[in-house]
Amino acid sequence: MQNYIFDGSFEGLLSAVFNWFERKPGQVKLQTEATFQPDAFMSCLHIVNEREKADRVWKGLQSNLSKAALRKFYCTYLSELEEGYTALFEFACYLFTEGPAIEKNYGNPYVLALSKIAKKVEREKHRMEAFIRFQQNADGIFYCGIDPDFNVLPLIATHFKNRYADQQWIIYDLKRNYGLFYDLSKVEEIKIDFNQRQKTTGIANAIVSEKEGLYALLWKDYFKSTNIQARKNTKLHVQHVPKRYWKYLTEKQFEQD
Amino acid sequence: MSERLREKLNILADAAKYDVSCSSSGGNRKNDNKGLGNSHASGICHTYTEDGRCVSLLKILLTNHCIFDCAYCVSRKSNDITRAAFTVEEVVELTMNFYRRNYIEGLFLSSGIFKNADFTMERLLRIVKKLRLEERFNGYIHLKTIPGASEELIREAGMYADRMSINLEMPTESGLKLLAPEKTHQQVTQPLGFIKNQIVQFKEERKLIKSTPKFVSAGQSTQMVIGATPETDQEIMQTAALFYKDFSLKRVYYSGYIPISYDNRLPMIGSQPPLIRENRLYQTDWLMRFYGFHVNELLNDANPHLDIDIDPKLSWALRNLQHFPVDINVAAYKVILRIPGIGVTSAKKIVQARKFGKLRIDQLKKIGVAYNRAKHFIKCADSPYQLKDYQGSQIKAFIQAESQSKYLKYDTSQLILF
Ligand code: SF4
Repeated sequence: MQNYIFDGSFEGLLSAVFNWFERKPGQVKLQTEATFQPDAFMSCLHIVNEREKADRVWKGLQSNLSKAALRKFYCTYLSELEEGYTALFEFACYLFTEGPAIEKNYGNPYVLALSKIAKKVEREKHRMEAFIRFQQNADGIFYCGIDPDFNVLPLIATHFKNRYADQQWIIYDLKRNYGLFYDLSKVEEIKIDFNQRQKTTGIANAIVSEKEGLYALLWKDYFKSTNIQARKNTKLHVQHVPKRYWKYLTEKQFEQD
Repeated sequence: MSERLREKLNILADAAKYDVSCSSSGGNRKNDNKGLGNSHASGICHTYTEDGRCVSLLKILLTNHCIFDCAYCVSRKSNDITRAAFTVEEVVELTMNFYRRNYIEGLFLSSGIFKNADFTMERLLRIVKKLRLEERFNGYIHLKTIPGASEELIREAGMYADRMSINLEMPTESGLKLLAPEKTHQQVTQPLGFIKNQIVQFKEERKLIKSTPKFVSAGQSTQMVIGATPETDQEIMQTAALFYKDFSLKRVYYSGYIPISYDNRLPMIGSQPPLIRENRLYQTDWLMRFYGFHVNELLNDANPHLDIDIDPKLSWALRNLQHFPVDINVAAYKVILRIPGIGVTSAKKIVQARKFGKLRIDQLKKIGVAYNRAKHFIKCADSPYQLKDYQGSQIKAFIQAESQSKYLKYDTSQLILF
């Protein structure tokens, strides 16, 4: 058994797979630099990111996997989960050893793990598409800050670009400190420093557009009016809208009323 | 100004909330005019009410003034409530501003009937036209057709709306006559038939001329109120099956009646809405649409009512033990679908996975099969040898005992799909 240590990047992960095929070292444990605990009994290999090798592995994945499986692969990577990285590594090695048919072998633990983790990531992606609430700033840009469990920004960019083609918007991942900015023609990755960020988030009420308060209020009113008291079911409500997402939701901000 | 708008929104959202025939799924409108919005085939639930229903559309009435007096309806003429009406501009502005903030997928617009059907329908039409043509809005729009409106207006509205619906209200003609003497099923079937024919016609034309606009692209739906009148589940589902067939409906919605009136033709105020029954009807509907069941297999003269304590698929299986056990490793997909505890997703996974070798119990569990339920109906690679032939009632008791704790955790009004 050998430790493979990589830097957590996609390129690093793919480079690790390439390395394994070069060396065929048998059983390998894949870990990230961030969580790696040195172990006296196991040798370790620090993976060097190599663009060319990573590209070859990626091309290999693209030609051996269906679109759906490739997406699962990418989503699992975005989970940023340690066990997800392991599953990806093992899955890739299994795939390149056995051939394309394995992607549907749900009897295999790594095929199944990819499927399960990707599903969680897709669920959060879907929830972000639902729960993002833009606020319009005085400069006209629609802004929303988020801090999702998984790194879903790359997955939601197209959705928001297609949907909000005629308004400028920013979606900012506060946890990972990067965001997406759509300027009416393309989506770009941006980083906002803290002071700058304050300006853009509209933390200071003065810079939020005047209409903003009215529509937030109307939306809260609407949310209340649609509830049917006779059917009240808090458990089901919380199941659909887990509490950790409430902070995003305009309709859940009752305190400020 | 904004105070009056708030008040109107409160009144007209409140009045619209009992209509359940509202979902944004089935839409497929691309944003290719650089305007605002698009709609997904799957739709997005942007939030959930405190009763756990999905909120995806701004669901409002244009007005709650009405010249009719349907007993089950809050907007009925004889009801002493505050009345309000939106202007065309107000509806457009609310929709656009909510949509821009990602609150909603689109608009569900219904209305009481003021003056007459055409007067009302004409306003609904003005709203959709303004949204689509002036505001370049591509989000989802569901319009309620006003009973009695002229075909020209319905036809034009269908060019801009994604879905149209008209409520059947009561599952049977006699039920409807009792509560809404002015209405008939025929008033509903006529526009349903008209829209269906238009959809077919537009589709044909599109095959020849690509630029032909889409007409009600997400299809049409209808809603029945359940439990206000004494229909059996068999009557309800047979009506639904007939409407699916005759009018190619995308969805039939079942709305458990919530008492809102002291009218003695109706259940008393304060009586519980039939939520479990409503859930069972949706499950039955689901089995008809996605599991290949014929309505008569689930409900017939011998079984005119759905079981309340178990779901309709389990109930069917227990009445038809001759079809079981099914061998997971050889049976056709359609047969596997009929096994209690196995849904569409796990059935598909089974069919894929068994190509790699015979499936065992632990693999089935991992695939997502509710094994404790399914085990009574299946054989797999390492099934224990069954000594005894159990009766349906015994199996039912086993399953209920095993899932007791689970059921207690769940709320029974939740829609559990096998
Ligand atoms: S016509 Fe429609 S709005 Fe008017 S009372 Fe009947 S159901 Fe209600």
